[in-house]
Amino acid sequence: MIEDTKEGMSIVWDNRILLWNGLKYTFRLFASVVFLASVVGIFGGVGLLYGNRIVRTILRAYVDIIRGTPLIVTIFLIFYVPGGYGLNVSPFSSIAFALAIFGGAHMSEIVRGAIATVAQGQSDAAKSIGLTFWPRFFFVLLPQAVPLMIPPWTNLAVDLFKGTSLAILVSQPDFLFAIQKRATAKGHFISFYFTAIVVYFVCCFAMSQLGAWLGRRMRFGVA
Amino acid sequence: MTTPLFWPDWLKLRLPYSLRWEAVFDNKDVFIEGLLRSLELAAIGLAIGTVIGLICAFLRSSGYRPLAWLITAYVELVRNVPLLLLVFMFQFGLPQVFPRGSTERDFILDVLPTSYRTFAVALSIYAGAYLTEIFGAGILSVSRRYLDAGRSIGLQRFALARYVTGPIMFRTVLPSLSNTFISLFKDTGIAFFIGVRELSFAASYINTEYFRPIEGWVAAGVLYLITAWLLAFSLRFLESRIRWTV
Repeated sequence: MIEDTKEGMSIVWDNRILLWNGLKYTFRLFASVVFLASVVGIFGGVGLLYGNRIVRTILRAYVDIIRGTPLIVTIFLIFYVPGGYGLNVSPFSSIAFALAIFGGAHMSEIVRGAIATVAQGQSDAAKSIGLTFWPRFFFVLLPQAVPLMIPPWTNLAVDLFKGTSLAILVSQPDFLFAIQKRATAKGHFISFYFTAIVVYFVCCFAMSQLGAWLGRRMRFGVA
Repeated sequence: MTTPLFWPDWLKLRLPYSLRWEAVFDNKDVFIEGLLRSLELAAIGLAIGTVIGLICAFLRSSGYRPLAWLITAYVELVRNVPLLLLVFMFQFGLPQVFPRGSTERDFILDVLPTSYRTFAVALSIYAGAYLTEIFGAGILSVSRRYLDAGRSIGLQRFALARYVTGPIMFRTVLPSLSNTFISLFKDTGIAFFIGVRELSFAASYINTEYFRPIEGWVAAGVLYLITAWLLAFSLRFLESRIRWTV
């Protein structure tokens, strides 16, 4: 089996350009999705806490429905529904929007939870020294809520990176798609999967360590 | 019964797609069977994963460093890799490791003949990693008072784990266990890609047989949602019925 493995790893190395293209696609998808999901989540979380009743109901429905269904269903719905009604959406956009919507729902919960945790005592104290809503929000609540958001946000980022692997379902050439294609073409599954595991592990582990470092850094300025 | 999605008929707007829900209702047995398969897979994953998680959590808390490192390596590896990759590894990689005609190959083929079992194994290993973390947190949450009380009546390590840590931890981790079950149920949605006939397979079946992807996936999504809500509701109810004697 040693010769098999050596032969397999050299085949992986021969295909490295195709795998690297897949990895580039994954990184592109991941970057846009994390950014979109964070933006949607911030607005969603603030809207859930401070919006009027209509906004809160809509956001609550959005968050509960997206969190209650698997990511696959979201991906396929966003892939098929706009096309069925005449709106031409590129496959990259469809999986990017699906992941962004998924991430936005989770991010809204994270933001809402973090701000609500801080808001208990701090906003009363801030009101008592005469701060109105927006100064209270920016100078008191937000700086204390952001360090609370970092660990679950890191978790969400890792989940989104793992979620980009579902692009294989809509035939998008991401990293897992490239691995699977090359493995079935060459017949050497173990070496390719081993490479994929190493790559995913390194990326996700680096992300979670980065997030932990960021969380430690941000904690210093907070009481 | 053709129904437009948002537009009433008198608007005379010709849309490329009109919903026909017969495709779903004629095949509701495929959906029901798929739902039951998904629930079965989630239950098997939770059951075997609990065994793996309990063993690994107690082994890790025993303090023996190489073993703790090994278990941490397993947990971190499984948590940082997509479930789909894990499933591919078991489905396509395992037959390659054992050459054709060897006794190990026959053993693997006896234990894992179908994709259903392969996915169950992959899901159990995936669940085992998460449950190791959950049980680890549960073990740490048992306060020292109880462990000291147990030691003072002469319980040694294994008896301590079985009579003191176990029952307390079980009541503490029950909410996390139900959340894990629900998220495993949602994770079974991937299985249709390797041929398991669960709920997502029903939706893709409607897509391939009737060319009605929207109805199929909306139906699957609604079933996932309702089942997840019912599970959450009933599991909360069950949790509230367990008496807290601690």
